[in-house]
Amino acid sequence: MTAAALNWFASHEIRLAWREWLGMMTGGRQRRRRAVIIGLVVFGALLHVPAYAVIGRYATLRLPLDKSAMIVITASIFLAWALMLSQAIESVTRAFYARADLDLIMSSPVTLDRVFSIRLAAIALTVTAMAMLLATPFIDVLVFGGGLRWLALYGVVMAIGLSAAAVAIAVTILLFRAIGPRRTRFVAQVLAAAIGAGFVIALQIAAILSYGTLSRFAALTSDAAASYAPAPESIVWWPVHAAFGDGRALLLLLACGFFLLGTVMVIFSAEFADTAVRASTGVVANRRTSHTRSFRSGSRQQALRRKELLLLRRDPWLLSQSLMQLLYLIPPAVLLWRSFNDSSLAIVLITPVIVMAAGQLAGGLGWLTISGEDAPDLVKTGPLPPSRLIRAKIEVVLLVIGALFAPLVIALLFASPRQAAVTAVGVMIAATSATAIQLWFRVQARRSQFRRRQTSSRLATFAEAFSSIGWAATSVLALSLPVAALVTGLMTTALLAATWKFSPRRD
Amino acid sequence: MASDRSALELRGLTKRFDRPAVDALDLTVRSGEFYALLGPNGAGKTTTLRMVAGLLRPDAGSISILGIDALADPVAAKQVTAWVSDEPMIYDKLTPLEYLEFVAGLWGIDPAVAEPCARELLVSLGLEANMHDRCEGFSKGMRQKVALAGALVHDPRLIILDEPLTGLDALSARHVKSLLSERVRNGCTVIMTTHILEVAERMADRIGVIAAGRLVAEGTLAELRQQNGRTDTSLEDVFVALVDREPAAA
Repeated sequence: MTAAALNWFASHEIRLAWREWLGMMTGGRQRRRRAVIIGLVVFGALLHVPAYAVIGRYATLRLPLDKSAMIVITASIFLAWALMLSQAIESVTRAFYARADLDLIMSSPVTLDRVFSIRLAAIALTVTAMAMLLATPFIDVLVFGGGLRWLALYGVVMAIGLSAAAVAIAVTILLFRAIGPRRTRFVAQVLAAAIGAGFVIALQIAAILSYGTLSRFAALTSDAAASYAPAPESIVWWPVHAAFGDGRALLLLLACGFFLLGTVMVIFSAEFADTAVRASTGVVANRRTSHTRSFRSGSRQQALRRKELLLLRRDPWLLSQSLMQLLYLIPPAVLLWRSFNDSSLAIVLITPVIVMAAGQLAGGLGWLTISGEDAPDLVKTGPLPPSRLIRAKIEVVLLVIGALFAPLVIALLFASPRQAAVTAVGVMIAATSATAIQLWFRVQARRSQFRRRQTSSRLATFAEAFSSIGWAATSVLALSLPVAALVTGLMTTALLAATWKFSPRRD
Repeated sequence: MASDRSALELRGLTKRFDRPAVDALDLTVRSGEFYALLGPNGAGKTTTLRMVAGLLRPDAGSISILGIDALADPVAAKQVTAWVSDEPMIYDKLTPLEYLEFVAGLWGIDPAVAEPCARELLVSLGLEANMHDRCEGFSKGMRQKVALAGALVHDPRLIILDEPLTGLDALSARHVKSLLSERVRNGCTVIMTTHILEVAERMADRIGVIAAGRLVAEGTLAELRQQNGRTDTSLEDVFVALVDREPAAA
């Protein structure tokens, strides 16, 4: 394969990545493209405001810094790296399982190692470019307030992006080797979710156990952390030095990023083709059900509910998302456990976390059961009025939410019956609201198209998020400031009413 | 054996999208008849059948299924009808047996009746070895067979099939054809669209040709040949001659 051909393939890969991203943003609708681009530019501009609020006061900061500051900045960079790694694992997994052009590439007269090297590089580039884009408002604020030396941050973002992509590629291919293509897809999804959230959750748990607070900074700025921190000349601080404009540290960091990615490409590009073929063909190798029970009797709605529950149980997305929700619930659960021993007021903070998680999970479940129907013709031609069909699906969502959150509410009952009651009501209202939004904005789709759910209707996505936040706030205020809860409750109800008003008309 | 009682009666059935897809269509299919609906791409075959199956609401006209007004009482009409589309839509995460259990439950069939019937259907369609495998690894032909088994498990009186043989190998196609013929022998009515004219020629009691949303010819093969003015031609010749006469369908 000539250099020109390689360049051509590289530009082809970038074009595909761009169109996939644009498709995700526009929900596949051409007419939305201009609106999306304008929206993104406006969003980027607006993002400068919170960026200024968060980071603006640090623009004049210079080295040397005290250990606590070094730890907080290093942890922030590590968090960014973990999030990029999470994103990269998802991208690499998707690249493996998308059969699309595999047959064409593998049957063409090209050297596969080189072609797949470019594909790996394109993944790294995409992950890095996205991170740089998101970092831009923050870097702009620092450059504006502290000078051009802050431009070095782009180099830091690039270096951690390259290294995150390299680790993601290696992890995914090694997972393939270890557990095979079928399990890798699920494990990679869970791993990506756990990595993304794990670091923050670990910090929160450390803070709760040590200081009885949910603030993750408490652990980072503690004397204990400072005493364990390495010496100022340690390589651990390279990212901080690079971020503050130390050219030598930046070059070393970039060199490490490129070296790591290059090594991974050399080692794994030959395996990429083999892995991709196995992923696209072997992933659905026969999975047998072990039991051979008899057909069960019951009403038509029961048949529908059983089918939905069985599909949810076998849904990898749901499993990974449920695990995610459970991960986020670990810190409040730890806080709850601690609160049995002392009468910490922080226990009140559990309620909004639980209510928010219930709303978010109900939204996902609602989409899977109401919109994500793989056999729409079958259920529509079934001798059942549409209203009963929808009712059965909604019942399944609320049933699952109830089963998942009941243990937490029961545990809360022992600590504070009043709080348990408020939490239970909050969970029910948040779940019902999210399900209702999914019902108003339902579209016919396959369950595997779940990733597109948040782009098919921006209004539904935002309404779902704000409704969960609104009910979470209302719940916590109901416990501490009931009059304010009335206000937020009315505001959230008004938001739901407006969402219903703007939802597509239904027959 | 076809009787004079009608299994399906369409009167003035009309559906418009950006242009008329089905244009005041009148069609009668007798009970116990194997009826093949032919037509070029975009002629309105699938739209017609989707309206009969209750998947689309017509703009005008009436649909009567075994004497039931399908627009006034869709649930009763659906109870006796089965629909199989050209794109088999089944649940990847269910096994064929679980899929059939769900379909039987949806139609309210007694499990004691449904289970042996489901097993028998899967065996007769050559899916015995895959009965407990999840459908996610199935080929298109296997999926089509599962969808067909789902359509038959509740013992419908009217079976509507849109290109059911697409993607099936010769042996599977033969299984499906013999299964459908057996159902017709037992008094069931089958309406099928197909682009494989040989199938229509060999299996159908009567053939309807639709173009631009209207029925342009109907009858047995011999009657169609007669309408075409020659008795020694194949169905393909008759079809081409009939469709060529009509204004081009979109």
